[in-house]
Amino acid sequence: MSVSRFWRKIPQRYNLIGTQCMTCGQYFFPPRSLCPDCRRSGRIVDHRFNGEGTVVTYTVIRSASDQFENTTPYVLAIVELDEGPRLTAQVACAPEEAEIGMRVRSVFRRIAADGESGVIHYGTKFVPVDR
Amino acid sequence: MRDVAVVGVGCTEFGERWSASFRDLFVTAGTLALEDAGISGERIDALYVGNMSAGRFIEQEHIGALIADFAGLATNHIPSTRVEAACASGGLAFRQAVIAVASGMEDVVVAAGVEKMTDVGTGVSVDTLAGAADREWEGFAGATFPGLYAMIATDYMHRYPLTREQLAEVAVKNHENGSKNPIAQFQNRITVDTVLSSSLVADPLRLFDCSPITDGAAAVVVVPLERAREFTDSPVRVLASAQASDTIALHDRRDISTLDATVAAGKRALERSRLTHRDIDLVEVHDCFTIAEICAIEDLGFCAKGEAGRLTAEGVTALGGDIPVNPSGGLKACGHPVGATGVKQICEVVTQIRGEAAGRQVDAEIGMTHNVGGTGATVVVHILGA
Ligand SMILES: [Zn+2]
Repeated sequence: MSVSRFWRKIPQRYNLIGTQCMTCGQYFFPPRSLCPDCRRSGRIVDHRFNGEGTVVTYTVIRSASDQFENTTPYVLAIVELDEGPRLTAQVACAPEEAEIGMRVRSVFRRIAADGESGVIHYGTKFVPVDR
Repeated sequence: MRDVAVVGVGCTEFGERWSASFRDLFVTAGTLALEDAGISGERIDALYVGNMSAGRFIEQEHIGALIADFAGLATNHIPSTRVEAACASGGLAFRQAVIAVASGMEDVVVAAGVEKMTDVGTGVSVDTLAGAADREWEGFAGATFPGLYAMIATDYMHRYPLTREQLAEVAVKNHENGSKNPIAQFQNRITVDTVLSSSLVADPLRLFDCSPITDGAAAVVVVPLERAREFTDSPVRVLASAQASDTIALHDRRDISTLDATVAAGKRALERSRLTHRDIDLVEVHDCFTIAEICAIEDLGFCAKGEAGRLTAEGVTALGGDIPVNPSGGLKACGHPVGATGVKQICEVVTQIRGEAAGRQVDAEIGMTHNVGGTGATVVVHILGA
């Protein structure tokens, strides 16, 4: 991934900043700049999510693309944030710990690197809340 | 709008075709389709080609012009257009050809699909296929394409009584059908044990739940129905063409285990053809993973949600069953050259309706195809009949 493509998304990826439509109240993460329901009459503002949520579904990735191959196996999940939106992220826990309904909170972690000397990508992962 | 018919089909052998280039593949499929329609190249008015990612698989773009050129049509200067919707590129190319003929804009149109996937290593192909989903918000987090379908399977198995063994029966059935298809990548029979003892790719999906990496091409010739008899004694009519879209990312769907785009496209196709499920004699569905076939059968409305696993294990979807699903062997056994798959599905249904499917022949007058892009962000459904 190019440096500019990654830097553009730093606020969202580092601090879980998405958006909210002030017309209908819906939250969006990943952020949307157009409300799918209100379209042009929607008024979109930034919103920082509190970072807590619930695992909706998950898998354990055993075979990955080159960027992620040295981190397998890892738990990948769809997490529903308490404010409503869902996102796809890794959960830093043992594969056998993962379950539907598990409570998680977001943390700032290394996600991947572009080769050995390439740019290191940071972003949001989740950890079980009980820890 | 004019009625449209398919008058010629052609398909290469599917597999790891080390000695065949991208160009070899589409020239072979195109030649077979033209021979089948009994026409020569100068009769072609337009060409649509489905291709997902030649840019990453073989570092070649501008596929429309390339194909017209190497098919020997450059001097005729016909319009040639590449169509892309990830794994649904082929079905969408066919739909564009149907629209072009139905509208009266063109008369003799070739719809083709081609993908050459084995010139890159597994890591690159896994990464390229992940581009069918949301690169910024799924791929960035480490989502692979099998991983996304695995999350569908986890959700599905949590909510419905699908067993791991029933899921494996999808692959067993498709290999059985593939063993009777001379173009299939895998022509070997397997057992439930073969699936359950293969390595985990993304829990709960194992290697034998996944369609393979495949080279291949397919092509069909589409003409106005009123002219079809000029080309063949057994034209096959296009009874409906439907397409639907949904969110690019799986996490934004209304329901993780239902492909709403499949529901919408399936409904529209049946409405337009004024047919019901009982009229459909076979269906080629997009089984990129075993769980995808389970969802497809249900979301197309052939049974209620939660029942497809049991019906598969009971043989209802086998060649001799009430509703044969994937007589070709599907993506699992016949292979999945992503851009070609949707066109191959049309070839299979046409071959079945003509009664030319030999060992895998089912009793068929009307058939359906179902081609999915990504995890269900694009779905194309066609119904064809004698
Ligand atoms: Zn709104």
